[in-house]
Amino acid sequence: METKNMMIVGVGGQGTLLASKLLGRLLLGKGYDVKVSEVHGMSQRGGSVVTYVRWGEKVYSPIIDKGQADVILSFELLEAARWTEYLKPGTGKIITNTQQINPMPVITGAAAYPQGLVEKMQAAGMDLDAIDALRLAEEAGSSKAVNIVLLGRLSKWFDFTEAEWLDAIEQSVPPKFLEMNKRAFQLGRQA
Amino acid sequence: MKTLLLGNEAVARGLYEGGCTFVSSYPGTPSTEITEAAARYPEIYAEWAPNEKVAMEAAFGASLAGRRSFCGMKHVGLNVAADPLFTIAYTGINGGMIIGVADDAGMHSSQNEQDSRHYAKAAKLPMLEPSDSAEALEFTKLAYELSESFDTPVIMKMCTRISHSQSTVVLGEREDPAPRPYEKDGAKYIMMPGNAKRRHPVVEERLKNIARWAEHASVNRIEAGQDYKMGIITSSTSYQYVKEACGNTYPVLKLGMVWPLPEKKIIDFAKTVSLLVVVEELDGFIEEHCRKLGLACAGKDHFSCVDELSQNIIAEQLAHKKCTGIKLNEDIPPRPPVMCAGCPHRGLFYTLKQNRLTVLGDIGCYTLGAVAPLGAMDTTICMGASISGLHGFNKANGSESTGRTVAVIGDSTFMHSGVTGLINTAYNESHSTIIILDNSITGMTGHQQNPTTGFNLKGDPCAKIDLESLCRAIGINRVRVVDPYDLAACDAAVKEELAANEPSVIISRRPCALLKYVKHSGPIAAAPDKCVGCKSCMKIGCPAISIANGKAVIDNTLCTGCGVCAQLCKFDALGGKKEA
Repeated sequence: METKNMMIVGVGGQGTLLASKLLGRLLLGKGYDVKVSEVHGMSQRGGSVVTYVRWGEKVYSPIIDKGQADVILSFELLEAARWTEYLKPGTGKIITNTQQINPMPVITGAAAYPQGLVEKMQAAGMDLDAIDALRLAEEAGSSKAVNIVLLGRLSKWFDFTEAEWLDAIEQSVPPKFLEMNKRAFQLGRQA
Repeated sequence: MKTLLLGNEAVARGLYEGGCTFVSSYPGTPSTEITEAAARYPEIYAEWAPNEKVAMEAAFGASLAGRRSFCGMKHVGLNVAADPLFTIAYTGINGGMIIGVADDAGMHSSQNEQDSRHYAKAAKLPMLEPSDSAEALEFTKLAYELSESFDTPVIMKMCTRISHSQSTVVLGEREDPAPRPYEKDGAKYIMMPGNAKRRHPVVEERLKNIARWAEHASVNRIEAGQDYKMGIITSSTSYQYVKEACGNTYPVLKLGMVWPLPEKKIIDFAKTVSLLVVVEELDGFIEEHCRKLGLACAGKDHFSCVDELSQNIIAEQLAHKKCTGIKLNEDIPPRPPVMCAGCPHRGLFYTLKQNRLTVLGDIGCYTLGAVAPLGAMDTTICMGASISGLHGFNKANGSESTGRTVAVIGDSTFMHSGVTGLINTAYNESHSTIIILDNSITGMTGHQQNPTTGFNLKGDPCAKIDLESLCRAIGINRVRVVDPYDLAACDAAVKEELAANEPSVIISRRPCALLKYVKHSGPIAAAPDKCVGCKSCMKIGCPAISIANGKAVIDNTLCTGCGVCAQLCKFDALGGKKEA
């Protein structure tokens, strides 16, 4: 099979690393060759962050380049728009949280948060699936479960069983938050 | 068992399986996780040293004692450790010794983009360079064998993309080599001129022997291609980009040892192809050597020495294939990293900005104090340069600058190499004001303990350096502590110490807001009826505050309730606390 490419993008601190770790483990369990490239250090401090997940028979490069992503899973709307150039033209899919987190240039008034991004990305011909993951996470019990809601949404794109996903979540989150995260996963999956 | 490991975790696994018993490192992105992962193996003693020079010397000591040892650092850390590096290259080792160094092409979290391969050449040491986690594990074990068979420290060179990408490895068993007895051998270990003169030829001969080994080593392998009009020499992450872009089209000489280079193998490979191309990140290190061998080759004329490479860059240059996506026709504002909500550095930097001071900065999270709207920093050079630089600045300018210039440095950076600058400040007396930003942890690299925190790498309680006593012992009489959440106290401290006619230290003390033990009081409540939209609260660049419809709005998911913004509000619109 051709190597599949997924980017997980968001704002430092949103929990993108947990999502990529969980996916990496699931994919390895299915017998794929897998590479997951993470971001550490300074950009984690509220900056724009990106993680690359690649799987197939044999994966070489740890990164994904422009025009190559089969899926971009975005934790924040502006970040989805930032990385569109990395999407595979024609077939790539964006799954994005509609939550808006203002970057510092917007906070200080040096720049404006672009309006109507969902419509603009759709108008540019992009296959876009937008959900309010923050609201669903709060419904599940914690605003911190945004990453699991989005994984739930993403899960429909893979042919893993629901049990496999829930098992992977159980291995990745603290026991006391397990039930809440399971709810978050279901809300994302069913949204 | 097949599992996914970060490149750095794979090095740690290689240390474990290779029988390492001693690790001493200083944290630095992208190298930090090697040592953190090594510390999780009970068989390995692992520690954070105050700096890379100490770490390397400690690892050498462990090797001298007959044990397999390791020290890890980022590329700029190797500059700090360069002093022992060049001389342990002469002495050689007893137990196997590995020096891990991680470069940061693209400067994801660094102040420069230096290419560490030059150190291997300059210090005449072998350097291995893995291209994924499986090789990171395998090469680490190999490095111990090479170290002990050739009596040399071996450098393991990592880079951001190999260190911080997970790929599959197969775990093996730990080998437990018997400790090698220490025997006094002054001619080998006492590097005074008479002995060193006899060691230098040994070093040269050793390098030749390793080069001979490299000719037949399986880590330097030729992969056959279909089209020999071009042949590619490459290593590390560049190898992965080449394979991604070109598949098996062209033959590849994949180097796992980048110093010394297998010259005969390179020349023979070149003979089989019409055009030789060297693909390497940063400098044209291998390329220059090919030219020295009289080989015509392409390299840095196609692949920049600036920034990282990628598969698209290779595809564009070697296959003339343009790879693009659809760019959204929209101005996307950048999202630079920012100080976290509740960061204790914020209040202090606001004070520096309000006092319009010149600020000599240092390396750590607080380098973000340079970013708008705080913008309260003038320089960032290297670990410790703030204090020593301020001394020179004040000595050169005299009273013109002493009243309006400060140095800021974190607790870990101060222990790393700020303390020697402070000794100089006291000893050669400049009336400098130094601010130690004590957030009780090494923040930027992800919360490592240091000599001021009272805990060691394993998390066990240990001796805790008392910063106040240390500064006084150095000869600084004016040492005071402020809470950076208290803006009035910060302002008074800065003004008073700048006015003093002697050196002074202000310790701005509050633990990092991200530390698990730090309890927050719950988000601040904004009162829209009181807010007049003056935007005073926006001057501190807190990511939890924004203005919507002319009123300040607090993001409850981010706000820690530190209260710094409330002190800026003249209208009591940010006074109250919400229930947590």
